[in-house]
Amino acid sequence: MPKITFIDLDGQQHVTDVAIGLSVMEGAIANGVPGILAICGGSCACSTCHAYVDDAWAGVVGAPNEIEDATLELANDRKPLSRLTCQIVVTPELDGLVIHVAKND
Amino acid sequence: MKRFIIVGAGQAGLQVAESLRRGGFDGEVLLVGEEASLPYQRPPLSKKYLLGEVEAPRLLFRPADHYAKLGIACHLGVPVAKLDKENRIVYLADGAELCYDRLALTTGARVRELTVPGAGDPRVCYLRGLNDAENLRVRLSQARRVAIIGGGFIGLEVAAIARGLGCEVAVLETQSRVLQRVVAPVVSDFFARIHRERGVNIQLAQQVSAIDATPDALTIITADGSSVVADLIVAGIGVLPNIELARASGLLCDGGIVVDEFARTSDPSIVSAGDCTMHRNLLYPRPHRIESVQNAVDQAKVAAGTLLDHPVAYAQVPWFWSDQYDFKLQMTGISTGYDELVLRGEPEKGAFSVFYYADERLIAADSINRPAEHMVSRKLIATPGGCYPKAQLADTAIDLKTIF
Repeated sequence: MPKITFIDLDGQQHVTDVAIGLSVMEGAIANGVPGILAICGGSCACSTCHAYVDDAWAGVVGAPNEIEDATLELANDRKPLSRLTCQIVVTPELDGLVIHVAKND
Repeated sequence: MKRFIIVGAGQAGLQVAESLRRGGFDGEVLLVGEEASLPYQRPPLSKKYLLGEVEAPRLLFRPADHYAKLGIACHLGVPVAKLDKENRIVYLADGAELCYDRLALTTGARVRELTVPGAGDPRVCYLRGLNDAENLRVRLSQARRVAIIGGGFIGLEVAAIARGLGCEVAVLETQSRVLQRVVAPVVSDFFARIHRERGVNIQLAQQVSAIDATPDALTIITADGSSVVADLIVAGIGVLPNIELARASGLLCDGGIVVDEFARTSDPSIVSAGDCTMHRNLLYPRPHRIESVQNAVDQAKVAAGTLLDHPVAYAQVPWFWSDQYDFKLQMTGISTGYDELVLRGEPEKGAFSVFYYADERLIAADSINRPAEHMVSRKLIATPGGCYPKAQLADTAIDLKTIF
């Protein structure tokens, strides 16, 4: 399984194994990563799974689609590498991905 | 040590529990639920789950060990038999007696059942909980002809899924248009059209008077004497708030458990949140009851604040969504009582927004495949004043983000 490292708001690292086909958000929830809330359950409706893709991974993960881009308008502190983690599907290419959790409430 | 009990382990109940911990509560938290499952997401039940794209474990909000880590004790699969608010005791149906210092009622809602003759046949299904969805998913896979009673969100979402699975689908709606209770005619007409274009037989102003069940088929008889034959019937005719426990205990109920803007019931030790509440939202002059994820979550946070003696009044703009085929309907505000509509975009092209005004103020907006407009609308409606120029809202050449 691809390894995904989440860095939470306190700077703590959470190294997780997430099955291919799940979303990055589901990986965070299953491993109890603090700060990824996902109150809409991954429907791209709420922005509470907001995180920043690590600089090194920007090209691999890619950009949000139109719906995600619009939903990100609701997020706190949107930055160029902001993504909703519910919309990133885990693939073999994402093994080693580093995600920085954003301030969600 | 203080003990807070939460009755109802759905989205609102889980949110109360987590907000208590996030707010620093270090006493006992007990989450009591009638269903056997850990708290799970309901919206996918009428969407991806029914289609077979996701399985039940993926619907869980949190993994099982999360509850132990947070110190949330779950009592699941046991209904509450009685609430004694004078002595602050919750009696479970299995005989357990649980004392509390404070209580949250997040009991949700249940489906309204059909009462016409023949409605008791097991091939007449509903959709609310995971058990319903499991049953419906199996039956849908075996059905060729599906009749849906009720042209609301559940009915139309199930219709879209059933068509996607290759079933013949009919929808019978008692009103003169689908989604009548919640959207303007232009939106109703749009959804009726996209379903009809995909082969759904939508019949409006049809009152079901009986179901004739034989081993081979179910025949729906309508008040005008016509009939629809199906292998499977799905009734989506609304929900009823679960208020019986509250009412029997003496709490004030009126179309829901009555709560103020701090989610307080008529008992100072008891709060309530979610689908079961008739509640105050400071943005609206009158109390209302809303069935939605947004209300469950936001009101639950208010309820937890009140339990922690950090009351914050509820004042959030409601929002909802529905997925049908490739169309995403996103709604915000409450359109009841609107006196003017502004249309932005062309429904014929499959992407547009409708803005609802009352007394010249923007009160609600529905967006179909226009997510950016939905997001802007949420902000516009939340901003006091709300007298946005209609000509600008209607002009698709003007970026909505530049209006405010």
